[in-house]
Amino acid sequence: MNTIGTKKNLTLPRRSLLKGMAAAGTVLAAPGIIGRAVAQSGDVIKLGAPFHRTGIGAAYGRWYERTALAAVKLINEQGGINGLPVELIIEDDGTDPKRGVEAVEKFSAEHKVDAIFGHLFSHVSAASAPRAGELKMPYFLCSEAHSLAAGAFNRYVFQPSISDVKSQVSSMAPWITDNLGKKVTMIYPDYAFGYDHRDNLRAAVEAQGGEIVGDIAIPPTETSYTRYLPRIPLNTEVIYHVLVGPGVLTFVKELGEHLGSQRPEIFGFIDSLEAVSFDIPQLAYLEGTHFWEAMPRYAQPNQTSFDKFYREKVGVDANGASVDDPKSVATFSHMFSVWETLFAMKKAMEMADYKGPKQKIAMLEAMESITGFEESNEFPQGRKIFNGKMHQSFAQQNISKVVDGKLKVVHTVSPEDTLYPDEADYTKMSF
Amino acid sequence: MDIVPYLLLATLEGLVQASVLMLTALGLSLVFGVMRVVNVSHGEFFMLGAVAAWVCANLIPGPPYVPFIAALLIAPVFVGALAWAADWAILKRINYNPEATIVSTIGLMYIIQQMTLITFGPDAQAVDAPFYYTVRFPWFGYSGYKFFIIAVAFVLVGGLLYLLRHSKVGLFMRATQFDKETAQNFGIPVTKVYSGVFAVGAMLAAIGGVLVVPSQQAHYLMGHDPLLLSFVVVIVGGLGSIPGTIAAAILIGMSDGLLSVFFSPTLAKIFSTLLVALVLVFRPQGLFGKAGR
Amino acid sequence: MSIHNKKLFLLCLATLAGLFVLQFLLSDYLVLAFTRILILAVFAMGYNVLMGYTGLVSLGHAMFFGAGVYGAGLSSYYLGVSLPVAFLAGILAAIVLSFLIGLLALRTQTVSFMIVTLMFSQAAFLLILYFSEFTGGDQGLTLPTSARSFSLFGLEVDMTSDVARYNLALTVFGVVLLGLFAFTQGPVGRLLVAVRENEDRTRMLGFDTYAIKLLAFTVSGGISGVAGALYGLMFGYIGSAFAEFKISIEALLFTLVGGPGTLLGPLVGTGLMTLLFDRLSGVTTAYLIVIGALLIVVTLWFPTGILGTLRDRWLPWLK
Repeated sequence: MNTIGTKKNLTLPRRSLLKGMAAAGTVLAAPGIIGRAVAQSGDVIKLGAPFHRTGIGAAYGRWYERTALAAVKLINEQGGINGLPVELIIEDDGTDPKRGVEAVEKFSAEHKVDAIFGHLFSHVSAASAPRAGELKMPYFLCSEAHSLAAGAFNRYVFQPSISDVKSQVSSMAPWITDNLGKKVTMIYPDYAFGYDHRDNLRAAVEAQGGEIVGDIAIPPTETSYTRYLPRIPLNTEVIYHVLVGPGVLTFVKELGEHLGSQRPEIFGFIDSLEAVSFDIPQLAYLEGTHFWEAMPRYAQPNQTSFDKFYREKVGVDANGASVDDPKSVATFSHMFSVWETLFAMKKAMEMADYKGPKQKIAMLEAMESITGFEESNEFPQGRKIFNGKMHQSFAQQNISKVVDGKLKVVHTVSPEDTLYPDEADYTKMSF
Repeated sequence: MDIVPYLLLATLEGLVQASVLMLTALGLSLVFGVMRVVNVSHGEFFMLGAVAAWVCANLIPGPPYVPFIAALLIAPVFVGALAWAADWAILKRINYNPEATIVSTIGLMYIIQQMTLITFGPDAQAVDAPFYYTVRFPWFGYSGYKFFIIAVAFVLVGGLLYLLRHSKVGLFMRATQFDKETAQNFGIPVTKVYSGVFAVGAMLAAIGGVLVVPSQQAHYLMGHDPLLLSFVVVIVGGLGSIPGTIAAAILIGMSDGLLSVFFSPTLAKIFSTLLVALVLVFRPQGLFGKAGR
Repeated sequence: MSIHNKKLFLLCLATLAGLFVLQFLLSDYLVLAFTRILILAVFAMGYNVLMGYTGLVSLGHAMFFGAGVYGAGLSSYYLGVSLPVAFLAGILAAIVLSFLIGLLALRTQTVSFMIVTLMFSQAAFLLILYFSEFTGGDQGLTLPTSARSFSLFGLEVDMTSDVARYNLALTVFGVVLLGLFAFTQGPVGRLLVAVRENEDRTRMLGFDTYAIKLLAFTVSGGISGVAGALYGLMFGYIGSAFAEFKISIEALLFTLVGGPGTLLGPLVGTGLMTLLFDRLSGVTTAYLIVIGALLIVVTLWFPTGILGTLRDRWLPWLK
């Protein structure tokens, strides 16, 4: 017998019905709720920021937001862009591709923003970038996905700050095979970002005469990892791990438990430890292992004034944690891309004397004409080569070793050594 | 790795899985057995247990085992009270209608989950284990705490079975389960039994959550998998049958462990969800139940 | 064909006319929002055939919506067929899947039926993730530019144009609405309601209730597939998010709020809920809490939804 939605068992007092209807009506008809989509170009530059406030990317999203707010505050203090103040509009995309696309549409149709920036997780950006192109909306990635440089997107999409996975991996691989070992087992997330690592690492390691002996893909929503670990072959010399998602701390803990003291060499991408503090006994085994870092989490002895300035503005201490809560560790090797991307957009807008959507094409062409960025307060991660054809930046990469529970940079690869032959030319595409 | 360590690890993982599952699924099974309703928000009670353990770890000073023991006591009480309130505010008012209960507990699931998101935040939080010890096998190491989970779960389930069989409360519950009207005629306070059972079911899930959190992390979406697996166990074991539920928990936990290690965790989940659907279609009394009553 | 319920028929026509005019009054963003609402309303209308008219509560309609999304999306992505063909492929996939699942699931009743549909739907969702090399999994697939426009009978339609999309969605919505009018207000519709009100009596009157329920299940799944196929092709993206549990719950919620067993209820429910979600997501990240609160409020105090209440009190023809 079904009683939902039929007349049976119905004893509905009229009063509660009317109340309910009145409440629903008020919410939807309240003044200003519907139809406030009024375009107001010319007096302010609106930037849409779809951040991962919830979902598997939440830890990154929180820090992206914090960095973006700090950068926009600074830009406005310095007089805005071309004399116009910058307004930041943030939406949560739930680290979900479907909502990511909807956020892009909302920014474009309702908020009428001038540009969108800040997507990180590659499954979200892969879904959103084509839609941004259709809507003719400048879309700046703060993501490491290789898809853009590989020519998969369109002329409206740029990645002006962080390097893509291909250049990161191919610049790390020679160092790994030379210094750590040639038989590599890789552990990576089971989606596009992980596949970029898988494909490029295999190619790069084999080019160095090494061999991939184990290949373990883990879904990013996983919460328990022990069951994957017996697939690490016993002849492994180096474990290469890169993981994302809410369970990364559990992953590194369980990896340590599983391996014990006779561990092989370990090379991780800092993604596996982003937003995670590792001064707990279970992670003591990481001592002596190596990590890739785009930007060193711990202030190094040769810290630049730019790095210092950036930490101060965002509110991050010398250990890469929040100044008001030392337990809250930043996603330091990724969030700089939000800062730098905002300043890259500012530079392109200034070159095109951007005042509103009328100068949109000029702004995009200005962006394509840029050849690089100097290390500065605006680009604290370091000098960059920008390839206008591929819409992609190439930056320096660091290898850090865990020494006394802190990450110490032991090797740096210059931007020139991360380049690879052009794979795309967006300038030949139409707007 | 050779087959022996592979099998050993799969068995251990399966056992841990089975013990936690036994606790959570027993909660679901008890509620279904006595009240004949399905509680879809059961996984959220599990998650609340884990989050409560994290709160205890942050508020209560002392070595890790102090807040852990506190959480083992506080979490079930808190979650049980919440469940009791939900029973009073919602289930009682819809007269435990089976379909309306499913819809409203789906509602409850979203409310608990999103309230946790607002208060606890979207990040996964780690909780220290009450002790830290790694058992070293020749091929790999294994967390000693996980052995502790197995032990605690079996002790708790044993105690619960004893209570059900030999106490007055257990008698009331069994009488209500067998025939609600007759039980009422014999002076058993059926409505109180209902509220009590709903609360106890939630408490079992909460204990499962407290036990699991040191080996995983507390997260507002973590209730989903335990709910799904508890469903599987309760249905395969025969809805409402306690011994069936325990047998099924061990079977499903172990097979999930083996399938996950040898094939892939996703494949293991596909297998168990299809199993539930097919059991319900072709053998509604469960794999271990007898037909009809 | 004689029309059984003229008042309702006129109201349907007036609604369609109103929706057509709406595109000239609303802002760009609301036109986009209403495009989505129309497609999701088709989904809820399909759900309503089973839940409202036949009295079977499914918790797994995401799999039929997903079958439409993937049937259409994958045939466009891999086989490069034109959009109308892909659209039909999506509908066909949903019809076949719902017929097969219906054969099995309809052997069970009430609570078991809810759980069986839920489990099949979960299995379908996990299969999409498991075969991620082919389906794109979590990440999904973006349809190529060539699949963003089509011509049919000499009519060029550009899927990137907001106006084209709105009117296409409205056309499909209108066809489904009128089709369902014929289906539910005629003799078949009365049979469905008879099964809902008293299955045993209907069977004793000599009707094969299993066949009636299977028909309702397949029509319901097929219409859900129409919505899925349209959604996937129109927005050019397919992904596992379209097959997850939340999608099934949305169909249930939209139908419950609008009024189960009323022809226009799903449209009302979908419209109200979608706009509410949209506004709330700007206010709080925990906007899904509204789903929870409303599910409870509706079951407790509002079991026949908005149009159902109007029907019971003042407008008996509103069904």
